[in-house]
Amino acid sequence: MSFEVHVRKALGQFTIDRAFAVGPGLTVLFGASGSGKTSILNLIAGLLRPDSGHIRVGGVTLVDSAKGVNLPPDKRHLGYVFQDGRLFPHRRVRANLTYGWRLAQPDQRWMAPEQAIAFLGIEHLLDRWPMSLSGGEAQRVAIGRALLAGPRALLMDEPLSSLDEVRREEIIIVIERIRDELKIPILYVTHDRAEADRLGNNFLEIS
Amino acid sequence: MLTAEEWGIVGLSLKVSIVAVVLTLPIAFALAYLLARGRFPGKALVDGLIHLPLVVPPVVTGWLLLLAFGRNGPIGMFLEQWFGVTVIFRWTGAAIASAVMALPLMVRAVRLSIEAVDRRLEGVARTLGAGAWRAFASVTLPLSLPGIIAALVLGFARAIGEFGATITFVSNIPGETRTLPLAIYGALQVPGSDREVVRLAIVSVALSLLAIVASEWISRRSAGSRPGHVL
Repeated sequence: MSFEVHVRKALGQFTIDRAFAVGPGLTVLFGASGSGKTSILNLIAGLLRPDSGHIRVGGVTLVDSAKGVNLPPDKRHLGYVFQDGRLFPHRRVRANLTYGWRLAQPDQRWMAPEQAIAFLGIEHLLDRWPMSLSGGEAQRVAIGRALLAGPRALLMDEPLSSLDEVRREEIIIVIERIRDELKIPILYVTHDRAEADRLGNNFLEIS
Repeated sequence: MLTAEEWGIVGLSLKVSIVAVVLTLPIAFALAYLLARGRFPGKALVDGLIHLPLVVPPVVTGWLLLLAFGRNGPIGMFLEQWFGVTVIFRWTGAAIASAVMALPLMVRAVRLSIEAVDRRLEGVARTLGAGAWRAFASVTLPLSLPGIIAALVLGFARAIGEFGATITFVSNIPGETRTLPLAIYGALQVPGSDREVVRLAIVSVALSLLAIVASEWISRRSAGSRPGHVL
């Protein structure tokens, strides 16, 4: 199984209680805004701590509250691509890309920076500051940064939502290639039915 | 030009101010971080205490320092017994007075810049493999650099102009605690020393101006092509 998740987390008056297990490929977490999809990604990434439950990715246990296991985010090796790119504003594109790559153990890396740069077509952006990038350019760099950290799986939180129609198509193609060529498991959050149908191998409805 | 004695006053002022600001910076940063990011009971009280030197008459601050650091004061007794050190009537005492007066301004400057840093960026760094400390050092610290530079400048300007708390705490001793403002005040009391007053006043203004220009230059260099303003 790529993702085996059973988490409970109280957030204000609202409680997340979800269990799912999905195989390889791209899994769409589909649901309306405010249904807690992003919180589920944050729980898996380790940015939120579940009240109870377990999380396994690719057979590796990240959280098991019964055994007191709760790996910190930096030990989970999951790539997280955010809605807004969230690049480091004080580092040029090149330094953003290699941030996680430099921190990764050599045996954890499975992509070299030159490979990622060619894969994403971002050679011409390397010396730019994030502030000067368009939404689509920033999202490519963010995807490259996540891949270069050597992740076991990718978490993507509505990565197309801040893009216009043309840019959306470009990034969709990139995501399809990650799914089909790099064959890395992806958990993909969206509220857009067309996007979900086009990209998903597996579907999970969150309500 | 300045006389040898006046150069000595300028040198002492620089020493007192630089020591005060450099030693206060880590404390100011820690307090600013606590106030910007921390959630704890009594936060408003801590905030208020830090800001006291900004609103209390400096002479009262000086008197309180005298009580704390005096021979019979809690800190003074401790320093005397354990290190054989006394700061009363010493340049180190002048530096402490300047540091206390500069602290609120420095905490404010750093706090504003820490609050302006997007906290989620540290989360990004964590998912990319950075431990908590590295995420802080590689994201929050550099992004709050403009505030740190602003704190150094404001603190230095405040320290080099410090008068009331200093004269109350460590008196006006030539060569030891007679900094620029104290020397100007002293010269004003002596008839016929107008020229000395003018010279020292010009030096005071020039030093403060220099600090601000230098900080703008540093921040522009460190910001690269990104826009950045310190003050």
